[in-house]
Amino acid sequence: MAIHLTENTKVLVQGFTGQIGTFHATDMIKYGTNIVGGVTPGKGGTKHLDKPVFNTMKEAVEATGADASIIFVPPPFAADSIMEAADAGIHFCVAITDGIPSQDMIRVKRYMRRYKKEDRMILTGPNCAGSISPGKCMMGIMPGHIYMPGNVGVVGRSGTLGYEAASQMKEVGIGISSSIGIGGDPINGSSFKDHLAAFEEDPETKAIIIIGEIGGPQEVEAAMWAKENMSKPVIGYIAGLTAPKGRRMGHAGAIISAVGESAAEKVEILTDCGVSVVPNPSSFAPVVQEVLANVG
Amino acid sequence: MDIHEYQAKEILSDYGVPIGAGGLAYSPEQAAYRATEIGGEVWVVKAQIHSGARGKAGGIKVCKSENEVAAAANELLGKKLVTHQTGEQGKVCHRLYIEAGCNIDREIYLAFVLDRANESVTVVASAEGGMEIEQLAVEKPESIIKIAVEPAVGMQPFQAREIAFALGLDKAQINQAVTTFLGCYRAMRDLDANMVEINPLVVTKEGNILAVDAKMGFDDNALFRHSNISELRDKSQEDAREMRAADRGLSYVGLDGNIGCIINGAGLAMASMDMIMHAGGEPANFLDIGGGASPERTTKAFNLVLSDDNVECILVNIFAGINRCDWIAEGVVQAVKSIDLKVPLVCRLSGTNVEEGRKILKDSGLPIIMADTLQEAADKAVAAWKEHTGK
Repeated sequence: MAIHLTENTKVLVQGFTGQIGTFHATDMIKYGTNIVGGVTPGKGGTKHLDKPVFNTMKEAVEATGADASIIFVPPPFAADSIMEAADAGIHFCVAITDGIPSQDMIRVKRYMRRYKKEDRMILTGPNCAGSISPGKCMMGIMPGHIYMPGNVGVVGRSGTLGYEAASQMKEVGIGISSSIGIGGDPINGSSFKDHLAAFEEDPETKAIIIIGEIGGPQEVEAAMWAKENMSKPVIGYIAGLTAPKGRRMGHAGAIISAVGESAAEKVEILTDCGVSVVPNPSSFAPVVQEVLANVG
Repeated sequence: MDIHEYQAKEILSDYGVPIGAGGLAYSPEQAAYRATEIGGEVWVVKAQIHSGARGKAGGIKVCKSENEVAAAANELLGKKLVTHQTGEQGKVCHRLYIEAGCNIDREIYLAFVLDRANESVTVVASAEGGMEIEQLAVEKPESIIKIAVEPAVGMQPFQAREIAFALGLDKAQINQAVTTFLGCYRAMRDLDANMVEINPLVVTKEGNILAVDAKMGFDDNALFRHSNISELRDKSQEDAREMRAADRGLSYVGLDGNIGCIINGAGLAMASMDMIMHAGGEPANFLDIGGGASPERTTKAFNLVLSDDNVECILVNIFAGINRCDWIAEGVVQAVKSIDLKVPLVCRLSGTNVEEGRKILKDSGLPIIMADTLQEAADKAVAAWKEHTGK
């Protein structure tokens, strides 16, 4: 098992023939991801990286039976591509694009509500490094080799901080079932909570680590939900203890603008909810090890 | 991107929000002339800086004659104003807005914000105007009215009426208030603003609604489709170093510590800063050099970090994904050779091609302190800083 993406996932690349799309599609194919084609409007009927190119997502899904897509479309057009994927019946979508206007994302989220919850596409990102089920399927821009297959689920906002955690764990022999990047934007496709629920259902996953940061309500919301609804242990890290209030720290969403959004406050609430907090970013491995030892 | 009060008022006025008569001035003479143009007996001279709480900082002066207007203008132009929003360094006032005074009967707080929890625009209002929202949230939370706008259809008149009645406005003012609320919402939606704040929105003794202050912030990611808004950018109000960084595609935030940071990825950058603090040091900055870190970009990052005189040690922490460590290492070597580095440099590389990268740093013969892990990097940076400064 694993969540959202497995060895059976058929992936389309939106923005397939562009420079960035080409670069990462090549990498994903090399990793073993089943890329079945891509979409670039106007280039339908041609081949790229030995895979068919289509004009529209509907056409592509019909021809290939794809159930997932990854988006490398530039920010002004990316929201449109997400909605096109949702409309074409894609189940799992990774939006890599950084810089999509917030109000576009509000409209995307509203648009997706036209589908019943059970049929609704799971969107991760935008502004993320993607997701990976090690050894099975990689949909993203991460270095695949630092992820070892195993039974810890990971959900995180930041790409490189996720790499840091994954490699620290690999160093001590802890593997990952799936690692899901939800991205650094203020309005994102899915939240920590959405993926915690999926990991709770996944028999392969024994513990879950959430890697959050300052800004927004989603880490706290997830911790409160986990307290009430999860049997599996949750581990958490919040970046930005040294971040000043009211300043945007790189990610569009990493800004303390309300009560409860600072790292210190989030850590306090996570602790209260029974989450095992990683005290500093060099201690991912020992904390996860300790939690796994208790799970047995 | 933030804009000035007078710019926000001009925009909102086009959307039907009532504002007083006013005009812009760059000199005391112009200020006095504006007062004559506007007419009346009372004027308010307002410093145009990108910050709230200008009144407390002495940036707003009520004047009863044209001579007083000129004197107030003379005092404010070129003056550095320090508010809790500007930080200690303050912001310099280069423009003034001269506005007709009004008879205030009551003050209302009104704001439109992007609500991350609801994933919508949310209207926040309170009958306790004049206070700041943070203060209201603590002292008078029960006075805060919140309504989320359904993004598919936009704000509806009934929602505006609900807010107007909840604020206790008189029947005569309801229509004016509804026009004001709907206008603010349309401006926010049409122009991709991420914040509109009118504090205070006043009811005058004559019974009219008037926006006495106005603030708008815009989504940087949407400026590509609003060239008219991009033009309102006032670079004099931005931190020079952060602006230079942004123009070079780097994300930089200056802080008060001594250990300069050059890191890829926002999350890892914050985590590395936290790690420095954990090791007993203080970060001088946040800096994300992003994905494709070419040697040119790395050199720019070094120059930027070193332009802060407080920097007494540099920590480079790169986890290469799309990047390759050998590539980054070459960039670091080139940068260090070209800038005559006088402070210790700790470098931690990890990820793709890490062995090649470390070899390049070692073979360079430069005094680069190498670290394998995040913990080691932070410890070595703090130790090197202590040794270098004797602190």
